[in-house]
Amino acid sequence: MLNLEQPLRETRQTTAVVGSAACRKWDRVEEKDQLDYSDQTRWMMAVQAKRDRVAFGQLFDFYAPRLKGFVMRTGVPSAQAEDIVQEVMLTVWRKAAQFDPHRAQVSSWIYQIARNRQIDVLRRENRVMPEELTQEADLTEDASQIVALEQETETLRAALAGLKPGQREMVEKAYLGELSHSEIQAETGLPLGTIKSRIRLGLEKLRHELKELRNA
Amino acid sequence: MTAISHHISEPLMVAYAAGNLAEPYALVVATHISMCDECRARMAAHECAGGVLLEGTGGQAVSGDLKDRVLSGLDTEVKEAPVYARSGVFPGPVMAALKGKPPQWKSLGFGVRQQILQSSGKGSVRLLYIPGGQAVPDHSHDGLELTLVLQGAFSDESGRFGVGDLEIADDDVDHAPMAEHGEVCICLAATSAPLRFNSWMPRLFQPLFRI
Ligand SMILES: [Zn+2]
Repeated sequence: MLNLEQPLRETRQTTAVVGSAACRKWDRVEEKDQLDYSDQTRWMMAVQAKRDRVAFGQLFDFYAPRLKGFVMRTGVPSAQAEDIVQEVMLTVWRKAAQFDPHRAQVSSWIYQIARNRQIDVLRRENRVMPEELTQEADLTEDASQIVALEQETETLRAALAGLKPGQREMVEKAYLGELSHSEIQAETGLPLGTIKSRIRLGLEKLRHELKELRNA
Repeated sequence: MTAISHHISEPLMVAYAAGNLAEPYALVVATHISMCDECRARMAAHECAGGVLLEGTGGQAVSGDLKDRVLSGLDTEVKEAPVYARSGVFPGPVMAALKGKPPQWKSLGFGVRQQILQSSGKGSVRLLYIPGGQAVPDHSHDGLELTLVLQGAFSDESGRFGVGDLEIADDDVDHAPMAEHGEVCICLAATSAPLRFNSWMPRLFQPLFRI
């Protein structure tokens, strides 16, 4: 039962995330065991663990042109698209600690940041996000989970490439935010079930570790 | 806590992941995801598809100085927006909409109370407080209505909805939910337009209560 008389605890936590302060504490595997990771994952984890600027430059070189192309496809002019790219890449740097490779690919994490940024800029609306599960928890890196998620993403990539042109166009429009919920079909034609189950395992791992931290 | 059995539909999930859901609905979806790991994983799967599309997008060359502009911004101190944590039965997104304060309930009569969180041309979203055994005002509405249970439970023609369950009602549904006996039922409800009450309250009063 909700006690209305009792003031809710002040939940505001203002975090100014700056420079090296945003390192994520991980119980990491050795670098030789990261060889199976994609380049993007290794770069991102180096940014996360060591605030590695060279790795960040590599992420920029890979993502900036793609982000610009992606944003421009929704009709945004070149200069404004570059402003969005700049904001997205700076967010990648500042929020690096929140990236969890057991639950997300670098590309999906950046996709989500880019969509948020575009809503902020173009619609002047605040994107409502779910609760973050962790800010800067200690986690144990599980290379097999990370590699398995990457492999399932490859399967998804192949499935997307195999869609008929009309269907692919609908899927692209949906993920570019050009279709309303009533225009989106219940079935996108993409096999998302296995990837969802894999992400679920990543979530359970995280829940388990958070529980152990609380009990420690 | 019993398992959640009514989840976010696929079209709503894709529209939310792509950022194309009006803010009142997005608040309800984000709140459900905060309570439901199944939908959190489903959303992440859709973001994964979005990421694959992003990666496969034909690049556009960026200006020569863009990289330097970004690199020179890395050390700039930025004050991040406040993060609101769950408090009581209210998950983080609801606390953010309440700006960290407890709800300021307004009585609608018969023990029913509400707090409007947001109301604009794009729709409205509110918290509803319904005593156990009490009917939710009988109403119909234009467009989609999303109702998420935060505490207690209610039932209507389409089933029982407990904590975490999301009811998705289209514009043709004319429903009369009833809060279960016992605990007060607290819901988060979003509509595309002001609610129209059929019998429960004279329509005359609607502007007064902003229903
Ligand atoms: Zn769910």
